[in-house]
Amino acid sequence: MLNEWFPNVKWDSMWEATMETLYMTAISVLATFILGAVLGLLLFLTSKGNIWENAGINKIISAFVNIFRSIPFIILIVLLIPFTKFLLGTMIGEDAALPALIIGAAPFYARMVEIGLREIDKGVIEAAKSMGAKTSTIIWKVLLPESMPALVSGITVTAIALVGYTAMAGVIGAGGLGNLAYLEGFQRSRSDVTLMATVIILIIVFIIQFIGDIITTKLDKR
Amino acid sequence: MISIKDVQKIFSSKNGQVKAVDDVNLEVKEGEIFGVIGYSGAGKSTLIRMLNGLELPTHGSVTVAGNEVSKIKGSKLRKARQEISMIFQHFNLLWSRTVRENIAFPLEIAGVSRQERLKRVDELIKLVGLEGREDAYPSQLSGGQKQRVGIARALANNPKVLLCDEATSALDPQTTDSILELLVDINERLGLTIVLITHEMHVIRKICHQVAVMEGGRIVEIGPVLDVFKNPKAVITKRFVQQVTEPEETKETIDHLVDLYPKGKVVQLGFVGESAEQPLITNLIRNFQVTVNILQGKISQTQNGSYGTLFIHVDGEAEEVAKAIEFIHSQQVGVEVISNA
Repeated sequence: MLNEWFPNVKWDSMWEATMETLYMTAISVLATFILGAVLGLLLFLTSKGNIWENAGINKIISAFVNIFRSIPFIILIVLLIPFTKFLLGTMIGEDAALPALIIGAAPFYARMVEIGLREIDKGVIEAAKSMGAKTSTIIWKVLLPESMPALVSGITVTAIALVGYTAMAGVIGAGGLGNLAYLEGFQRSRSDVTLMATVIILIIVFIIQFIGDIITTKLDKR
Repeated sequence: MISIKDVQKIFSSKNGQVKAVDDVNLEVKEGEIFGVIGYSGAGKSTLIRMLNGLELPTHGSVTVAGNEVSKIKGSKLRKARQEISMIFQHFNLLWSRTVRENIAFPLEIAGVSRQERLKRVDELIKLVGLEGREDAYPSQLSGGQKQRVGIARALANNPKVLLCDEATSALDPQTTDSILELLVDINERLGLTIVLITHEMHVIRKICHQVAVMEGGRIVEIGPVLDVFKNPKAVITKRFVQQVTEPEETKETIDHLVDLYPKGKVVQLGFVGESAEQPLITNLIRNFQVTVNILQGKISQTQNGSYGTLFIHVDGEAEEVAKAIEFIHSQQVGVEVISNA
């Protein structure tokens, strides 16, 4: 029945494209989580009234984050072509999409991390200080655990945005469902292929949201 | 145990400089419960935060348990802070940790091994009476229970000094009393020096040995609690003392009573310490040809004696009434004639 409704879909290449999309998403989400958390922590800690208060560094990181957050992703990929070529020696394939995906998403996530950290009660940080905690202890045992629900719901939103970004990266040669939908579906006027690729992307997004919601609820003891 | 010398704290803001703490000197002896009372903005919060180095004085020095807190930095300050614990108005517990994990936190900071941590946490849970709630999260606890966790956490590293930053201000009166009793118990059992700040005279009356009254960044009055109650000098101190000795409605009641008893005199008696336990009224009636009518009274316990006020109506021959009042004066009892009706 599926073959009747989707006569032009080659299931093995659809499966392959799905795996490529999942691969790009997984690696970029992982890297974005780490890089974004570091940037977000730096933004928070160097802001006014915090442990490493430093207006200069805060402004520099803030400017970096704002610039890369504002560039439309499709343009960012093109701008990063020389950088990607230098890094990986090629512009084709899933790995080639990763630098742009990470640089595009990490600043976005960094802001979410910063907002999450700002929601922590200042009194709790002060209490840790009054017990004689080092800054590293405050980061690992107070800031990160206390903001974890916000960090997880933030990475869920970012992961969903990244699925969309992989599709865009696909159009310019990175592979995955976006690539398939564009080349096999749109350019050859086989709309059933485009539709199937869309359905799979939607399923991926729903699963990510579902998992993210479960973890957030489980972590939140407030 | 604590010595504050010539301490001044100036905050610079856009609208100029603010003297939060101005020329404060005080000494707290080991094992003492020392209270600082003042309205918000009096500088008491800044003062207590200088005791563990959360604020640094602009001038002067702060020494706690042998460490000059206002001078030391880095790991030395962190080490000193483990001996100067603090509890807070809003408890400041980690919501992501259970009761047990919250109490273990300062032990983790001090580098205590996991086994010893578990043992110590169990002791502390018993000490503050939280058995059965070990695995609850703060959101599942009442305010009083949260403060008990705060106290257990503060005691974890066997501190020498406990700082209480408005520790009972977010609690209802009954819970406040149970937390205050716990603090007295800890003070007596562990010999811990306690410094607390509050805006409630009730708290000072109930548990403090010494009190300092702050206004506008300065200490306007300081001394043993009973002395301050007996003989408040500053206007603000009198107001604080009234908070506990006279109920809100007293003034209205007195006015009403004065109208009710057109003859004789309405007298306010102030009892302090020993005199609170003398049979004054009996002596009055036996020795003088007067009638005595008790209108209203209250006796309060403080850590170093009792203190009370009594309103009585004395009626009889004018001469006899005058003699009676003379007699009360001779009995080391504060007398104030409210009105000649």
